[in-house]
Amino acid sequence: MASLRDIKSKITSTKKTSQITKAMEMVSAAKWNRGVMNAKAFVPYMEKIQEVTAAIAMGSKGIAHPMLQSRQVKKTGYLVITSDRGLAGAYNSNVLRRVFQTIQERHKSNDEFAIIAIGRVGRDFFSKRGMNVVQEIIGVSDQPSFNDIKEIASNTVGMFADGTFDELYMYYTHYSSAITQDVTEKKLLPFSDISTTKKLTSYEFEPSAEEILEVLLPQYAESLIYGALLDSKASEHAARMTAMKNATDNAKELINSYSLIYNRARQAAITQEITEIVGGAAALE
Amino acid sequence: MKTMKVSVVTPDGSVYESDVEMVIAKAQSGELGILPGHIAMVAPLQISAVRLKKGGKDEDLIAVSGGLLEVRPEQVTILAQAAELSTEIDIDRAIRAKERAEQRLHAQRQDEVDFRRAEMALQRAINRLSVTGRG
Repeated sequence: MASLRDIKSKITSTKKTSQITKAMEMVSAAKWNRGVMNAKAFVPYMEKIQEVTAAIAMGSKGIAHPMLQSRQVKKTGYLVITSDRGLAGAYNSNVLRRVFQTIQERHKSNDEFAIIAIGRVGRDFFSKRGMNVVQEIIGVSDQPSFNDIKEIASNTVGMFADGTFDELYMYYTHYSSAITQDVTEKKLLPFSDISTTKKLTSYEFEPSAEEILEVLLPQYAESLIYGALLDSKASEHAARMTAMKNATDNAKELINSYSLIYNRARQAAITQEITEIVGGAAALE
Repeated sequence: MKTMKVSVVTPDGSVYESDVEMVIAKAQSGELGILPGHIAMVAPLQISAVRLKKGGKDEDLIAVSGGLLEVRPEQVTILAQAAELSTEIDIDRAIRAKERAEQRLHAQRQDEVDFRRAEMALQRAINRLSVTGRG
């Protein structure tokens, strides 16, 4: 049996760990709150742009725009959103596993796809495996503003436009509630299903529908990327919060069982001492 | 005078929400003045200032970095990737951005993409400054 002092030091160190995880849980809870609020602030913009895009793309037949037409696929782009830091439970590995499996199923060689990585964990994962990472951004803040990712978003959309890849999929974690977040695959480009639940308005176009699409579609695609990032950030903090809560609970359980062992060992030591004294006294008689 | 609802929304949230009498914006095809009851219309905007008249001399200025103007008879919406009210612009930051963009433009010939990007950044900075009256 371990000595009393060993057990005592185990208890102290577990206590310290639980303090840290508890603090991290609370930090994540605050960030999670703000992340959800950011995602909400984005909704009016998204709804509006979706409505206008749908009205133009569906309302006026016969408009051609490269972003609306599917072409033969020679190369596929994958935009993968992960976090910069770990300790968020299965948050990152869920996304990465899904992307990795998909790529292995769909592609035979490295030339058939390109990866755009948002987040350090994803970047490291793919570059370690020698997969084709064409763009990356790390160190996106916990409350990202559109400006933070504007460049990578517009570069990504640009790569579709100049034919670097012929379709673009986006992988991110959709936030449904504090306890459930699901990995989501979304085909971003070319746009195939632009629809809206709202009633369509028919617009006058100034100067023409084509020229508006020229401005609108890239902006729409970039907004979708930003929306996915906000969604992922809210999920990340929720996942980290849950993971840290579990860690704190586990630490408490561990402390309880160590305390039990400690008390037993203490009892045993006392009993032994008494037996020795009694034995010693008996020998003197 | 009749008014209409105007909202300016960006990915980071709503920037402006108010009832105004007239909206004056610079579309890519030229300047547009919009009064209540305008026919439904969509137009892309230039990097410019949008003026919102609220009766008399009272008017709000908003710097927008491009985007779209969506008009309906009773509601005008501006969708921009960035937009700021003239009172909320960070002047120091705009001045710094302007200097940075100018430096980049003066530097050796780079490839065209970088040049265009610097040009756009310069436009945005100048626009912000002119909205605050410091241009």
